[in-house]
Amino acid sequence: MMKIKQQAAERHVLTITVDNEAGILAKIAGLFTARGYNIDSLTVADITENHAVSRITIVTHGPPAVIDQIHAQLERLVPVHKVIDLTEAGDHVERELALVKVKGTGDARVEALRLAEVFRAKVIDTTTSSFVFELTGDPGKIDRFVALMRELGLVEVGRTGVVGMMRGAEAA
Amino acid sequence: MSEERSGASILVESLVRQGVEYVFGYPGGAVLPIYDALFADTRIRHILVRHEAGAAHAAEGYARSTGKPGVVLVTSGPGATNAVTGIADAFMDSIPMIVITGQVATGLIGSDAFQEADTVGITRHCTKHNYLVKDPSDLAATIDEAFQIATQGRPGPVVIDIPKDVQVAVANYSEGAPQRVNRYTPTLRGTDKDIARAIELLANARAPIFYTGGGVINSGPRATELLRELQAKTGAPVTSTLMGLGAFPADHADWLGMLGMHGTYEANMAMNKADLMVCIGARFDDRVTGRLDAFAPNSTKIHIDIDRASFNKTVAVDLPILGDCTLVLEQLLAAWGDRKAQDLTEWKARINGWRARQSLAYPANKQAIMPQLAIERLYELTKQRNPVIATEVGQHQMWAAQYFPFFAPNKWLTSGGLGTMGYGLPAAIGAQLGNPDSLVIDIAGDASIQMNIQELGTATQYRLPVKVFVLNNEWMGMVRQWQELTYESRYSESYSDSLPDFVKLAEAYGWKGIRIEDESQLDAGIQAMIDHPGPVIVDCLVHKEANCFPMIPSGAAHTDMILYGDNVAGTMDDEAKALV
Repeated sequence: MMKIKQQAAERHVLTITVDNEAGILAKIAGLFTARGYNIDSLTVADITENHAVSRITIVTHGPPAVIDQIHAQLERLVPVHKVIDLTEAGDHVERELALVKVKGTGDARVEALRLAEVFRAKVIDTTTSSFVFELTGDPGKIDRFVALMRELGLVEVGRTGVVGMMRGAEAA
Repeated sequence: MSEERSGASILVESLVRQGVEYVFGYPGGAVLPIYDALFADTRIRHILVRHEAGAAHAAEGYARSTGKPGVVLVTSGPGATNAVTGIADAFMDSIPMIVITGQVATGLIGSDAFQEADTVGITRHCTKHNYLVKDPSDLAATIDEAFQIATQGRPGPVVIDIPKDVQVAVANYSEGAPQRVNRYTPTLRGTDKDIARAIELLANARAPIFYTGGGVINSGPRATELLRELQAKTGAPVTSTLMGLGAFPADHADWLGMLGMHGTYEANMAMNKADLMVCIGARFDDRVTGRLDAFAPNSTKIHIDIDRASFNKTVAVDLPILGDCTLVLEQLLAAWGDRKAQDLTEWKARINGWRARQSLAYPANKQAIMPQLAIERLYELTKQRNPVIATEVGQHQMWAAQYFPFFAPNKWLTSGGLGTMGYGLPAAIGAQLGNPDSLVIDIAGDASIQMNIQELGTATQYRLPVKVFVLNNEWMGMVRQWQELTYESRYSESYSDSLPDFVKLAEAYGWKGIRIEDESQLDAGIQAMIDHPGPVIVDCLVHKEANCFPMIPSGAAHTDMILYGDNVAGTMDDEAKALV
């Protein structure tokens, strides 16, 4: 009997600068599905004054040879200016923003607020029985905060996905 | 000088500026303004096909046989979707092509309008690039960039989707090259370091092999000459993929024949035993490599390709050289200088040992025409004319590749990557238009030819003397062969039932029809085909159960080839069934 086999994968963060033209996001996202690559998160926004160029950050995972293929396939697209594999390139920072809604009263509510302070989350909305926290950090920090809130009345989570940048003075 | 012109008129002017001679197309509602702009314009000749798939394949045949981009014009919705197979085919085989599709008016896009399809969405992953043009003032620059993208770097199809209102609306048009930013600059030359390293490897190899592909053909005739020069300097034997046939002369002492699934024994054995492989413009396709973990295990691999994404895709290479075949071969020749080649006597002796297996020697048959023989006779009787050969897809295609030798590029038109049945007849039509004085023959099978049979009418209309040579075995032969080899001869739906009378069909379209039923009629039938000044279908009835060997069976290594005479019928395990 034949079974489908899986290969060991590693996580990579890619930043892609592209011409801000119609369909470019579909082209990039579609490239991933068409060739069987994974997208863990994807963020996009234009980054120039004239709105001509966008920066896309994709978190993906796959075996090293596949990551290399993803890089090459992305660079092959005409509207793509530059692809940087932050994980490959070295020391970099990653940040993500999350909105976390928690409902509760009494001790649970006090504890949620106390933990939010520990995590330096901001309260951006409140009722007598709920908070919406705003939290930034690397994805691991957000995972931990959400896990704690789950015990204290978590209602809803929204996350932006990762944006990343190389450390140091130079552009990547 | 600048003047106001309609989008349709700007499009036509832009095509003329690009030197377009022929447009292969089919009119419809969403391209009526463009057809009106083409009306009575003598600078561009429109070739009316019978189905949009035919237009795309005809453009491919034109492109492959002339080196110039093929241009297609079709309407929205079904016009565009019918062309998609040809677009995907051109994408896989790196054929330069511009496809202009009509679209419903911008205000109707997304409303499920009549004959609306999301052409840009549908073609996104089978084009090198595509556009939806929403303003006629963008048209000239878009078309200019589209031709650049289609023809430079690794060639490929580019779709330009033009809504009907954009064809009608006016914009300023000035003659001369449109102003635009150049955002496409493929790397064309290898680095000096890589070239030096390649020369060092080549100079020291004791068992080198050149494995060449369609990239050598795409790079232009100069690449073919340079390949022959480099081979002469190094003495290394040469094998080629299906797409690369013609880059190296088939009568050369160091020619190994095609490699891969239906390649020669000597080509595949030499690939397996080489100590240095120089891959030039090929991409380690699964039909070439066979089982990957057993592919050329002991060789250092150099890979010359213009597409970085081709490197390490399936096979890890030691030295990738990013660049155009012509320029990199020039660099290699310059760097080789007046070095002396290694003594390859021992390597050539091993190769001659493999050659002695005569893997293309097929069994004779007194009752029926062997299809291999039919191809051999076709070659013998047409070789003085230096013909252009197109094929459909299947057994006949492999037999043509094996038994019809090529000596020059751009003479061999076949659907390699996508394997599109129905490619050959329209491709032959496109090639005949691009090469009006050449003998153009579509070698076909009885099943494949029916996939775009309607294009017989196109050849009739434009008085194109194309020849269709059908190897008629009343089967989808390659499917039948695989069923025999791997499914214990359970011939599920592979019999070509209710075949038309191809002779009468030819006559119905104003073609000449010739039937060859017996070996004694073979030469005369082929000669009559050549001698007839107009288009001809030859219905050549061949051995019904002939199989195509040698063959690397599904999931096997280069060294595990099935040769003529081997006992092959049976089954295989699920892993092998799933592999290819």
